[in-house]
Amino acid sequence: MTKLIQTRRALLATAGAAAMTGLVKPAFAQRLAPTPTMRGGANNYRPGAPIVARIGGGGFLMTGTVRRAGDGMPLPGQRIQMWAHTTEGHERDPESHGATLTDENGVFRMDMPQIVPAFGQPHGHLAYDSDAFEPVFLRPIMSSASDTSLHVDFVLQPV
Amino acid sequence: MTVTSGTPFKSAVIWLALGVALSAPLIAAAQSPLLAWRDPIYIAAGFAGIMAMGALLLQPLLATGKLPGVSLWQGRHVHRWVGAGLIVMVVAHVIGLWITSPPDVIDALLFRSPTPFSVWGVIAMWAIFGSGVLALMRRRLRLRVWRFAHRALATVVVTGTVLHVIQIEGTMEDITKIALCALLCGATLWVWTAPRA
Repeated sequence: MTKLIQTRRALLATAGAAAMTGLVKPAFAQRLAPTPTMRGGANNYRPGAPIVARIGGGGFLMTGTVRRAGDGMPLPGQRIQMWAHTTEGHERDPESHGATLTDENGVFRMDMPQIVPAFGQPHGHLAYDSDAFEPVFLRPIMSSASDTSLHVDFVLQPV
Repeated sequence: MTVTSGTPFKSAVIWLALGVALSAPLIAAAQSPLLAWRDPIYIAAGFAGIMAMGALLLQPLLATGKLPGVSLWQGRHVHRWVGAGLIVMVVAHVIGLWITSPPDVIDALLFRSPTPFSVWGVIAMWAIFGSGVLALMRRRLRLRVWRFAHRALATVVVTGTVLHVIQIEGTMEDITKIALCALLCGATLWVWTAPRA
């Protein structure tokens, strides 16, 4: 969350400075681009993963935010699905898949088993695949295989 | 048809070094913690790849008759069998990975994978297949054409393999991986630069 606040503060500062110079329209700060789907993001996707409190035994924290493209408004109640190769199973195993909903601040968090390197990289998969916004499939890579958490930001484009 | 001469001690050292170069990466990979979280078919696919790397190191040594006690004729005979084995190992590698995660392998084969090492693995695979086809046509080619084309393809195989392997965070242990890659590059350079036997 710290990173998000810092980013927002930086954005406001930049926008404020730009507005004061009069060179850039204030609307500049309102344009938040949607997150593009990543290559391979949908690999081993199983549509309709159940909403669970935790995937398997947990121990690894997947966190993220979901915002609306354009104005950047946090989106509550959005269903985010995730899966990975973990200490408890392969990507395509149904038990490796789970979903959660964002809270009132558009934040989601999921306790899941430790992600381990598979197919050459320690990575996870996340998907937004509901009706209100364009689908987005992500395949973030962990900076280190020993990381015990991963943070992912979604910016969704309304349909 | 010359058998490389040398002292028995020198021969023993060469064979020992070769044995270490081929077995150390396999032994080190067998200790990888990642194995605990992989199905047998995925593990087998990985080891098929490591064994193929070892076979790649053998190839130039066999083809040039430089191994102590192995004649050029014997070496080339074994070289053909190892070459056929390489194709089998690469096919096993790809099929094992395909069974483990079909979409990732399809992406790699179609050159649209998010992982930068996949493309090099697929290039090396096609170069190995091409080398096999070329070997079957060898008698219809002029010696110089055959020799250059086969070496060029082998160089693509080694380059592709090294760029493939070096970027992968997998079961191979780093030091043995880098050492085997260095040996492969060295052997390939040596084939191009060494004076003809």
